[in-house]
Amino acid sequence: MKLTHDLIERNQALMIVLLILVVAVGGLVEIVPLSFMKSVTEPVAGLKPYSALQLTGRDIYLREGCYNCHSQMIRPFRAEVERYGHYSTAGEFVYDYPFQWGSKRTGPDLHRVGGRYSDEWHRIHLADPRALVPESNMPGYPWMARVPANAADIEAKMRALRLVGVPYPEEQIKGAKLELQGKSEMDALISYLQVLGTALKSKAN
Amino acid sequence: MQSNEETYNYGVVRQFAIMTVVWGVVGMLVGVIIAAQLLWPELNFDIAWLSYGRLRPLHTNAVIFAFGGCALFATSYYVVQRTSHARLFSDALAAFTFWGWQTVIVLAAITLPLGITSGKEYAELEWPIDILITLVWVAYAVVFFGTLYNRKIPHIYVANWFFGAFILTVALLHLVNSAAVPATFWKSYSAYAGAQDAMIQWWYGHNAVGFFLTAGFLGIMYYFIPKQANRPVYSYRLSVVHFWALVFTYMWAGPHHLHYTALPDWAQSLGMVFSLILLAPSWGGMINGIMTLSGAWHKLRDDPILKFLIVSLSFYGMSTFEGPMMSIKTVNALSHYTDWTVGHVHSGALGWVGLVSIGAIYFLIPKLFGRAEMWSVRLINTHFWIATVGIVLYIAAMWIAGVMQGLMWRAVGADGTLTYTFVESVKATYPFYAIRLLGGVLYFSGMLLMAYNVYKTVLDGKTFEAAIPAPAQA
Repeated sequence: MKLTHDLIERNQALMIVLLILVVAVGGLVEIVPLSFMKSVTEPVAGLKPYSALQLTGRDIYLREGCYNCHSQMIRPFRAEVERYGHYSTAGEFVYDYPFQWGSKRTGPDLHRVGGRYSDEWHRIHLADPRALVPESNMPGYPWMARVPANAADIEAKMRALRLVGVPYPEEQIKGAKLELQGKSEMDALISYLQVLGTALKSKAN
Repeated sequence: MQSNEETYNYGVVRQFAIMTVVWGVVGMLVGVIIAAQLLWPELNFDIAWLSYGRLRPLHTNAVIFAFGGCALFATSYYVVQRTSHARLFSDALAAFTFWGWQTVIVLAAITLPLGITSGKEYAELEWPIDILITLVWVAYAVVFFGTLYNRKIPHIYVANWFFGAFILTVALLHLVNSAAVPATFWKSYSAYAGAQDAMIQWWYGHNAVGFFLTAGFLGIMYYFIPKQANRPVYSYRLSVVHFWALVFTYMWAGPHHLHYTALPDWAQSLGMVFSLILLAPSWGGMINGIMTLSGAWHKLRDDPILKFLIVSLSFYGMSTFEGPMMSIKTVNALSHYTDWTVGHVHSGALGWVGLVSIGAIYFLIPKLFGRAEMWSVRLINTHFWIATVGIVLYIAAMWIAGVMQGLMWRAVGADGTLTYTFVESVKATYPFYAIRLLGGVLYFSGMLLMAYNVYKTVLDGKTFEAAIPAPAQA
């Protein structure tokens, strides 16, 4: 029997099996080894899981699609480190489910925005970006200060995250609702922004 | 009245073909709105569900999975029947794929503006919708491969290799990337974190381009170009070689979305090398499609459907040259995060995917509704030129804007300080956002012309049962 492509074209079971084998290779080689690399899976010293308020803020960041315009990944270039701070390392993101590195900078990178501006600056800027940056094309979020942070789901969310690998102690989950009491969505988002990228700095201190 | 076994199932093809046009209009309208928002941020109106961050995922999902998805369902169901001389495997399952897919789209159109999202680009839909997608996709695979199994023609036609690869691989990508742990009914967290999540996401994301937006549409190309030109495919050998090379190589290219990030270097380098290799199988497809016209070039002069199909391949060739170039780390250092990427995506999406789908739908509609041709052939020609001018304006504006942004971000003075603040690059981009909006409006207007033309054609047309011809004796 001669081995030709004709065999595959006449036999769809053979074609299906070959296709699955051929398309599986790339992903297996590129994805699987990452699970065994300490540089990818181990947190940098000083990295803490997001607090209940920060996590609520992060979920608001996801919900509003901030990642569509802001990256959280500083590349190791002179100009980039000059503009945003120390380049990002994998160990800073091990509690980020999902990652929020982004792919487009319509606005600036936010990975080390933590501590760069005051809470008050963020409050004014989020409500009306053009009040502080006249050329900005960012949407305004004035309503966020009026909406209370969602405390109803926080325990379920932290438990789900613990299931995938975030080491939340039981006491922290139990105290989560209290932490959100009286906080607005704006408070939560700002508390998330203020912690971004600060683990590496606290390591240097 | 003929029995079911002797006729093709055109009903579901008609449904998907019509919805391709409807979702095309909707998805591109949202695109025009968000392009305007980047230029005039007041258009966000400080209303949550109208804000750019929520509408942009709606735009990408609507054009890729609603417009592109319906085009793929319509064409693959038509092609697999015609080239197998067999009716679709199961009318009920085929109907389920139609209504199931429309439900997914409607749910996406409701949940995304509500801010219900998993936060992973191009895979934003939350877990209950992901499960529905999985069910529809399994049904799709059963219908497609079941029809192939019933074929009366010994060989599986080349278009079906591509459709088959697209269906199988998208199932694999969706299952792996959407793995998540639900916290509530509308909120889940990715099963992967940080760098690993990034790698999996872009393995998915790049192959959503490679299989959803490329392999599937190459399937369209391999049927509709030879049919419309009435010429055989240029080279059988080329189609074999470029098919296997394409499906193997694409799966490695994802890490080029993560150059210079915290993803380990070896993965980035693999991504770059395979992206460069990918130029060859991509151009293999383009050459095979365009050369199919050899001896029939004159048909391009007065056949607007052929214009759509062939020019789509030119854009395919352009963007599959540009892609490998942008995957070179040195180039990517400049282009990444800028509007150049947006331009690149749209030369592929508007130029390749859009034009080839539009051409195929113009081919299908008269055949499905018992007409010799579209209501107005002149209007097809007008559509072609409006769309082409729109694409050129769009991608030229984004090239210039992207290179400008990249250069401004990296500019440093003699004393080592940055030359520009970030917002200066935003300010400098506004004129190009205006040109891009104009290009988008043109492309969208073309889509409106198409909707009108299809409406008039269908209005005078009639649905019918098409008999399956007896296979020619080999």
